[in-house]
Amino acid sequence: MTTTNTVMPYDEALERFEPVIGLETHVELGTTSKMFCGCPTTFGAPPNTHVCPVCLALPGALPVANDKAIESTIRIGLALNCTIAEWCRFARKNYFYPDMPKNYQISQYDEPLCTNGYLDVEVDGRTVRVEIERVHLEEDTGKSTHVGGATGRIQGADYSIVDYNRAGIPLVEIVTKPVEGTDRLAPEVAKAYVTELREVMRTLGVSDVRMEEGSLRCDVNVSLMPRGSTVWGTRTETKNVNSLRSVERAVHGEIERQAAILADGGRIVQETRHFHEDTGATTPGRSKEEAQDYRYFPEPDLLPIAPTPEWVEELRSELPELPTVRRRRLQAEWGVSDLDMTAMHNADAVALVEATVLAGVPAADARKWWMGELARRANESGTSLAVLPITPEQIARVVQLVASGALNDKLARQVLEGVLAGEGSPDEVVEARGLRIVSDEGELSSIIDKVLSANADAADKVRSGKIAAVGALVGGVMKASRGKADAGRARELILEKLGVSE
Amino acid sequence: MSAITRDEVAHLARLSRLALTDAELGHYAAQLDVIIGAVARVAEVATDDIPPSSHALPLTNVYRPDEARMSLTPEQALAAAPAVENDRFRVPRILGEEA
Repeated sequence: MTTTNTVMPYDEALERFEPVIGLETHVELGTTSKMFCGCPTTFGAPPNTHVCPVCLALPGALPVANDKAIESTIRIGLALNCTIAEWCRFARKNYFYPDMPKNYQISQYDEPLCTNGYLDVEVDGRTVRVEIERVHLEEDTGKSTHVGGATGRIQGADYSIVDYNRAGIPLVEIVTKPVEGTDRLAPEVAKAYVTELREVMRTLGVSDVRMEEGSLRCDVNVSLMPRGSTVWGTRTETKNVNSLRSVERAVHGEIERQAAILADGGRIVQETRHFHEDTGATTPGRSKEEAQDYRYFPEPDLLPIAPTPEWVEELRSELPELPTVRRRRLQAEWGVSDLDMTAMHNADAVALVEATVLAGVPAADARKWWMGELARRANESGTSLAVLPITPEQIARVVQLVASGALNDKLARQVLEGVLAGEGSPDEVVEARGLRIVSDEGELSSIIDKVLSANADAADKVRSGKIAAVGALVGGVMKASRGKADAGRARELILEKLGVSE
Repeated sequence: MSAITRDEVAHLARLSRLALTDAELGHYAAQLDVIIGAVARVAEVATDDIPPSSHALPLTNVYRPDEARMSLTPEQALAAAPAVENDRFRVPRILGEEA
């Protein structure tokens, strides 16, 4: 097996070829119980504690569909502008693999619950419409661990051990139509699509969409065709793409890999490839040239799903405000530019800024701190804004302290540093670190006297009318007060003491 | 009515991970042919005004409320497993020769 690939640099690959991408996303629904039985769905439970005769496929056990899962799937379909089927069935997808104890997965085949929708995503200042082919409901598989062999991979393992806690958790599969014309933005479009989809799921409250826990998983299809061609090339499907950044990297890497093969006169093998989070490279998995034969047929143990138009309309009318609409509204309310809004969106800061504004401070201040000091700190520690140990309410408090004159920006940054370091609330940090602006005239006056006597030359210059020299004296006061003096007031007092007026 | 071929039986056996001998391939091809033939007789009585159906009863939308209930204990779940390791079902090597 080869693990190194010859690649063509991205720019060159894009000069010669046009990519067509497609995404298949699986979302585990956040229901209380599994799709076809009452086992709980909590993540991280000890192995085989959330299993029963239905999800273990013990003889005679029969599935019954979870009403919440059906409802959630319809809501997802509606949010993605899909048509909801008036009548459809589950289907058996037959395959022999130990992660499914029945030897088939209950899925949907030619009658998905939702079809023909779209999701608009914004990339590089333009809106790209990603068309949705279908949204269907199925059950998740168990989790296998491969034992023996060098790397814990399935290849070369001696045997495998299986935990069926995840088997039967409701899983929604969302498949896009092939996306053409994205050109060199293909990797960004793929990432923006998954990001937007995740936000829609969050807004609907149907899933916790944690990529790192596998409740949102993404398979990325990529093919290349020579510039000017209208015939799509052979595609590969990259699985195991477990972060938003990886979605982008996987498309980028696959374009570079395929371009090198095609330019060399080779052909692309239609196959499943595995993405490696550490290196960003992909390696081949099972080849799809030996066509899979799933022998789908209607699931006889489950009755057809026939949502009434009234129910669908009721669900449609109850949909929450969707992310793009919400962002447009907030942008108008905050009066920020497209560029600033996109920057906030990309930094996952919109909800944080919104919460900070709701805590009672102007949008401009909320945005300034989240996108400035806090974004810098998140960047430094390689995390995201949302996981910084500071709340929108705490940011709002800091903004209020600055607005009241109790802090200046420099001190405010120290307060944030203290809060992030776990020293308590902003007020506690101000207290413990003694960060309040020196507004006590007596204390400020005595600091100024010391600075003036230590800088007699500068003081003389100011006395003789060179007011510009006051800057050095104010600087001295700020230094002596360790940043806690009110610079404006200090300047006034210095000029007063030196008998100069502007 | 087309006859079930030995190749078709071999294909199904492979999908089901069953090792069938040459003699068995012929044996099952003949048997499956009889079974399919018997089922196919339904088509003879179904006239054009009878739509194809997958379910015998005219029922739809039979669901259960999303409520969790007690599962089996790991001991119960694993009681009949041929092999167990770390409270998990131990299964033979999945991909061997393809490594």
